[in-house]
Amino acid sequence: MTALPTASETPTAATEHVPRAAYGCVAAAVLCAAAVCLASAPDAAGAAAAVLPTLLPLAALHTLCEIPSHRRPGRPGGGFFPVLFAAAFLLPPGAAAAVALPAALLGRVEQRPAGPRRVWRAARLVLAAWAAAQAFTLLGGGPALREEALPEGLVKALSAAGAAALVFCLALAALDGGMRAAVERMPVRTAWCGLLSAALPSYTVHGLGGLLAALLWNGPYGPVAAVCVLTPLYVSSRHFAASHRERAAHHAAVRALVQAVDIKDPYTRGHGDRVGQASVLIGRELGWDGQRLELLRFAGVLHDVGKLGVPTRVLRKDGPLTEAERRTIELHPEFGHEVVRGIGFLGEARSAVLHHHERMDGSGYPYGLAGRQIPVFARVVAVADAFDAMTSTRTYRRARPAAEAVAELERCAGTQFDPRMVRALARALRRHGWQPETTPETTPETTPETTPEAAAAAHGEPDSAAPGEDGRPGVDGNVSSASASGTR
Amino acid sequence: MNPMPRLTTAGVYGTSGAVALAGVGWTAWHGLQQPGIALAFGALIAAGELARCRALPGEREPAPLGAAGALAYALLARCADGPAAHGVPQTVAVVVAAVLLGSVPHVARGEGPALEHVVHRTLTAAFAAVCFQPLSHSGELDRLLGHGAWHALFLLALLALTALCDALLAAALLRDRTRYPYAPLLRDELRALGGVGAAVCATAAALPLAVAVAGLWALPLFCLPLLLTQLSFRRHTRVRTAYRQIIASLARSTEVAGYTRPGHARRVARLSCAVGREMGLSGSDLAVLEYAALMHDIGQLSLVDPVPEGATALLPAAEQRRIALLGGAVVRQTGVHGAASVAAVVERQADPYRDQPRAARIVRAVNAYDDLAGGSEGTAGGALAALEELRLATARDFQPEVVEALARVLARGGLAPAPSG
Repeated sequence: MTALPTASETPTAATEHVPRAAYGCVAAAVLCAAAVCLASAPDAAGAAAAVLPTLLPLAALHTLCEIPSHRRPGRPGGGFFPVLFAAAFLLPPGAAAAVALPAALLGRVEQRPAGPRRVWRAARLVLAAWAAAQAFTLLGGGPALREEALPEGLVKALSAAGAAALVFCLALAALDGGMRAAVERMPVRTAWCGLLSAALPSYTVHGLGGLLAALLWNGPYGPVAAVCVLTPLYVSSRHFAASHRERAAHHAAVRALVQAVDIKDPYTRGHGDRVGQASVLIGRELGWDGQRLELLRFAGVLHDVGKLGVPTRVLRKDGPLTEAERRTIELHPEFGHEVVRGIGFLGEARSAVLHHHERMDGSGYPYGLAGRQIPVFARVVAVADAFDAMTSTRTYRRARPAAEAVAELERCAGTQFDPRMVRALARALRRHGWQPETTPETTPETTPETTPEAAAAAHGEPDSAAPGEDGRPGVDGNVSSASASGTR
Repeated sequence: MNPMPRLTTAGVYGTSGAVALAGVGWTAWHGLQQPGIALAFGALIAAGELARCRALPGEREPAPLGAAGALAYALLARCADGPAAHGVPQTVAVVVAAVLLGSVPHVARGEGPALEHVVHRTLTAAFAAVCFQPLSHSGELDRLLGHGAWHALFLLALLALTALCDALLAAALLRDRTRYPYAPLLRDELRALGGVGAAVCATAAALPLAVAVAGLWALPLFCLPLLLTQLSFRRHTRVRTAYRQIIASLARSTEVAGYTRPGHARRVARLSCAVGREMGLSGSDLAVLEYAALMHDIGQLSLVDPVPEGATALLPAAEQRRIALLGGAVVRQTGVHGAASVAAVVERQADPYRDQPRAARIVRAVNAYDDLAGGSEGTAGGALAALEELRLATARDFQPEVVEALARVLARGGLAPAPSG
């Protein structure tokens, strides 16, 4: 089951500025909605007395379901669809459309400007509800629902309701896709991609809920019983919205773990985030997607969390490290694993934290794994880590251009890095370039006057090929040998 | 030890056992009325109980479908083709049999039958049936309320009453086990009724009505919304568990870094929660307290050299406050709603108690206690000396009420397992 569709908030990006095209879309939707309402007005006027006793409670119920979103942030006021479906099954199309109106106009809007968003939301729901009701009526669902001959009537009503849910979904997808295509200027096919498949299961369940509610609404127990059917759906939609919101909190919490490292070592600030981004670039190129990519980002972001366990004095030391200090630093993958091992949802990402300093030829640490023994997440993160270490500025050397860094990685592919990952990174960089979202640097860093040669000289033996013999060994990535050889 | 409290548990379990035996015995003697309906509801309840098998820790109602099915059977007045004829004993018998049947896989896997769960099911179903069926079978209910909206409203009211009684009972049992004050426990139970509890009650009301309108085959169909609720609830629980794990890792990072003794954060969090409950905190206050206690030492990461033994309580006040502020900055990053209030607690943990929010007073006192007592759960001498030192500082640093609550919690043998939720 997917989360509740939140597409209602997609029309514009987070900016306050609303593009012209968006206004065009809103105007078109409003015109359509008005036309639909006018077309059904003559019928509605005649049947008003018959329709109002159902219409008013449903509209009130729908509005009521939206009001709590004033208090609960995160629930986009996109309508509580089971009520809309019940309206579509109980009322003629024009009246069903009217049920959607008050909640859409009164509900909370997350982003400004509120006015156009409210109008768009209302027009969108009015059209979708109308279309669903029309489909249900055309398929003869209404009489089937009122028919006493259950279960035959219900089977017919079920199929009509399924069709109505599909139409509802199609209408919303068409509207959202159109808006997306107009505003973000993407091809229609890409705009629609995913809108339908992601939403259909939840719309089907909502349609079923609406049908059951409509069934009881028509029965001897009336609206009270219908509300009983809708309550579990409402509770679950609230839970879905809350999980949605709290998933976002995961990222913040993981970032907090990384920030804890930044407190100890302000020097490599932002490194984790950038490695996360580079890892995702590689992962995409390898054809990974969804959950796996998300975990890979976490792996990249968290890979150096073990620096928490390294004494701050050693981390911040300026100058060559003693043998003992180097060994302490080489413990950081194990410290990191100790920190993250309790976080269940990280799954495979934990192995990357432990093994991101292994080398393909087996001379890495902590376990000296070689080749395919190294978990694939760790092989990705190792490349991303080294790449970022080379392309960002350190006190002892200037940042190097991405192309040069890739050349260096390619030179070390096979001995230190997995060639597949290096190739993937090179391909991704050719395609997308490298513009890391930088976190604002607050630390007084950068003495870029230091030439690489001078830095290498100041930081000890640049010749040795073993990782960690360089000035800041291993801490800022696998790059030690790479950067050392590069400065030779 | 006070023998009184255990009496409640024994009494409740005994009553429930007697009720179950009486129901099963009566039904065995008189035979099963309307076996088709009994079978359908029994299957529904058993299936609902089976879904318990992947329950996560902290789930208050692991089998909402089972609960709704049991209550619905108790409140069934008529099926499509006529009035329902099962009485109270048969209701109890079917519910007990189905719940036990649904527990077989759990027992087989060595998880135990979760006796308290069975007790709750039995007693709530019996309560609802006793309130409803005599009225319904005598025809009194139809005469008074008719067979329409009022009937549905009556069912809802009865279910609300049942849920209330169940909450009272659950809080009493919990109090018996943990010996925390009753009122906050009850508040927690009542608050939990808002989410899944409401969905269960609504479904339990909808099922008998749907069966009356459309017949037995409506059962599976009308259970689907509740199934969706269970799914979404489980997902939400999983997300929250993950978040707790991240926070716990964050709390452990100071231990990995060697700034605090192993287990310090967790000990302080557990003891703080116990003291908080003792002082009547519940719900979100308690959650804030727990997170703040877990992360209170996070600011120490900014120290270049660890404090000996991680005992911040022994540092100069200004240094303590600086560490507290740095810790607050990290907590603000964690982004969960409520992070701001957790951060406020962490930031103010080193202030004199009169300037502090309540949770910060608790964290401060418990942290100092853990530092002073040397972290060993054992020696009574260390604990007493530590408490004495806290008492001597109640003029400015520690709130006297907190210290006394801490003393009470410790005197009771310390740390009863915290109730879930």
